[in-house]
Amino acid sequence: MTPQTESWNLAALGLGLLSFAPGYLGGAIIRMRASPQRDEVLRALEPLNAHRIHPNISDEHLFGGLDLAATLKSDHIVDFKGLFDDHFIAILSMAERCSTELAAKLGHQLDLDVGHCILALDEGAEEEEATPPALSERLPFHISPIGKMPVGWRPVPAGTALVDPQSVRCSIDDLNTVTALASQFGIDSMRAPLLALRVARAHAAFSGHKKLDQRDIEVAVSLVYPQRATQIPSDVEPDTTPALEPETGAEPNADTPRDIPEGDMLVDAVRALLPPHVLAGLVPTGTARRSTGQGAGQKRKGNRRGRPLPSRPGRLDGRNRIDLVATLRAAAPWQPIRRKQNALSSKLLIRPSDIRLKRYQEQSDRLLIFAVDASGSAAVSRLNEAKGAIELLLAQAYADRDHVALISFRGLDAEILLPPTRSLVQTKRRLANLPGGGGTPLATGLQQALLLALQSRGKGLTPTVIALTDGRANIALDGSADRARASADAGKVAQLIRSHGISSLVIDMSARPQSGLEALALECDGSYLALPRADAQTLTGAVSVALGV
Amino acid sequence: MKTPFPFSAIVGQTAMKQAMILTAVDPGIGGVLVFGDRGTGKSTAVRALAALLPPIRVVETCPVNSPRSADCPDWAELGSKKLVTRPTPVIDLPLGATEDRVVGALDIERALTRGEKAFEPGLLARANRGYLYIDEVNLLEDHIVDLLLDVAQSGENVVEREGLSIRHPARFVLVGSGNPEEGELRPQLLDRFGLSVEVRSPDEIGERVEVIRRRDAFESDHAAFMETYSAEDAKIRDTILKARKRLPRLVTPDGILEDCAAICIALGSDGLRGELTLLRTARALAAYQGKRKLNRDHLREIAPSALSHRLRRDPLDEAGSGTRIGRVVEEVLG
Repeated sequence: MTPQTESWNLAALGLGLLSFAPGYLGGAIIRMRASPQRDEVLRALEPLNAHRIHPNISDEHLFGGLDLAATLKSDHIVDFKGLFDDHFIAILSMAERCSTELAAKLGHQLDLDVGHCILALDEGAEEEEATPPALSERLPFHISPIGKMPVGWRPVPAGTALVDPQSVRCSIDDLNTVTALASQFGIDSMRAPLLALRVARAHAAFSGHKKLDQRDIEVAVSLVYPQRATQIPSDVEPDTTPALEPETGAEPNADTPRDIPEGDMLVDAVRALLPPHVLAGLVPTGTARRSTGQGAGQKRKGNRRGRPLPSRPGRLDGRNRIDLVATLRAAAPWQPIRRKQNALSSKLLIRPSDIRLKRYQEQSDRLLIFAVDASGSAAVSRLNEAKGAIELLLAQAYADRDHVALISFRGLDAEILLPPTRSLVQTKRRLANLPGGGGTPLATGLQQALLLALQSRGKGLTPTVIALTDGRANIALDGSADRARASADAGKVAQLIRSHGISSLVIDMSARPQSGLEALALECDGSYLALPRADAQTLTGAVSVALGV
Repeated sequence: MKTPFPFSAIVGQTAMKQAMILTAVDPGIGGVLVFGDRGTGKSTAVRALAALLPPIRVVETCPVNSPRSADCPDWAELGSKKLVTRPTPVIDLPLGATEDRVVGALDIERALTRGEKAFEPGLLARANRGYLYIDEVNLLEDHIVDLLLDVAQSGENVVEREGLSIRHPARFVLVGSGNPEEGELRPQLLDRFGLSVEVRSPDEIGERVEVIRRRDAFESDHAAFMETYSAEDAKIRDTILKARKRLPRLVTPDGILEDCAAICIALGSDGLRGELTLLRTARALAAYQGKRKLNRDHLREIAPSALSHRLRRDPLDEAGSGTRIGRVVEEVLG
């Protein structure tokens, strides 16, 4: 069977299990672009009668709140029910756009374990664009079939419940196998084995067994583990099944003790399904975790709506929004008096003077983009200083609303080493190993910084470009090693930075200050700082002073 | 709603469990912050805490759980003034909570129907004398954080809005949990937490299996499981009650006070809250262990969780603040 067919078959099985026991399993991530194939997949879930929600859904919708229309009509408070009041089966569309906050709320609802089920439709195109981990962590299945849908594909039909999944018996060996396998694949979270156990139980119940067997566990691990794996188990490690727990004796049904070969089979089953980036070893070993989604730092695109200020009396002029609750509050105490004046109406009487308007105080987040020259021999020290400075700035930035990003340029290329973030933990991990050496493509570095600055500005941040270099640009934009062209190109990009009105700072880290760099700073209308032998502390200090951080 | 997973059934995570028990012994410690990876049982532990806490005596209809009818705020319209025994409140502050819901607001229903101005108490009122739990505390919106900072410090909630001018006691133990990968916490809020602990997934396979086994038993064999562990929980609760009684009589030698100060100076922690928390927590620990006198071992044991979040962070120090504190404590105490 080809891997493609295999993945579709698994998807069919997962969907079947899901429509069999939605509340018990809790949901799935369906990572596919909108397509007839996805429609086909969703058709399998139609019997669930799911309710569609979107990432911008309001809390009142989810958890209930004041039903304003009904309240006004009936003169007493009418609440409408939140979606999560009952067993709620939701389809969350565009889950990759879901905010961490919403994910946390949904995750909490799943944690209550009262039979909610969330189907997250994830249309992320890039690796980074994914459902927030707070949610994906709690959903057992990550369905993302690869390749073309096989002809005649249909989900395994959900039968009627012969057995309650909860009542399926499972032996201590099963627990051992499932847990050991999770650690072999570098899955840290304890939720994964628990979810796998649930899936195994659901599968057993689905096939009408009262006890877990090998096939149930195989299905469960191949459905739950591959997307969470961070490492490939090394073959030399022989202890597939751990040392048996002393409790084994207490379990009377130790009739089929699992031995090593079966465990190996499970390992192979999961290994065959690992996503390519794990196979390619892209997840660095040592960091046993993988951040599938973006941290809050990046996720918080655009601006916060700002912090709400108390509402003000005012007039509606089409530009501002009415704060209905505040307006009601303002009108409420006057109702008896107004009713006396206007005996005909028993309805709520609102005068223009009651109108209250919503106000927000918006504050723009600043983004510091470090473009660091990683070329030549001095690269290592410079990069280290830049790393130090970034971490120090981030540590300081807690009071301010600063994000930082890091671009390094060397050889022929510039790459974004650290996308805009506020998370210190994430930063440390990403900055752990940085390469150095090669030519100085200053123009390319600046260009990359400019692009990032424009992008982030589109998301509502205020970017500042900080270039750390020794100024001997020797690689032009087109990659040719031509000093004259290289510095001309750098000048051009600098002018572009100026024309976009992006503030900038050029830090000269060469032993002797370069007049060329001062000119460059002039060209991008930024400040110039000569900091020979700057260390992380001085660098941070200088940046803070220059930018008023 | 299902009964929460019992506290005593949580495998490992001793630092977290100890910190929570100590806040129950002495609520004045000022709360716990639990930071760690996903799936390490942070939320489980906090939700389990409720079952551990000894019940309190409250005026039956008082919105702020006052212990005597004389303490009830004057704006509250009391029905029955009978004293009743209630479980210690553990109030969940949901992430999306509005300001109105947190601090309380004008009771719209009464205002609309009867034209009366009355106060509808919020979550802070309900959490008085109990616990306020914020899951994913680092994602809490800034304006709610500001509110909490103020109230957690003063122990009083002052509402000045919509023509209302109301104040009521709001003394609660703040418990927060979060994942540092999703964002940092502002130092002002960090400082308000008495203790901070970091949790990690267990490394040992045996321990992991045990976690799964217990959780599985909890789900599939609920009644029997709860029976076993609620007895365990009751034992912890009794010890907490005994420790509370012992706490006022606990002897604190002067040498220990000097040690506290010396540790905090050596670490360069800001303000005096570090010393105070260190001392209080060490006393609570000594009382919980049934000791009559505080000694250096108590300080040693508790220093990392009482101080780690109060240090100026040095991001270049890879070892983390826990190790640094351990080193300094050893230097100071010898």
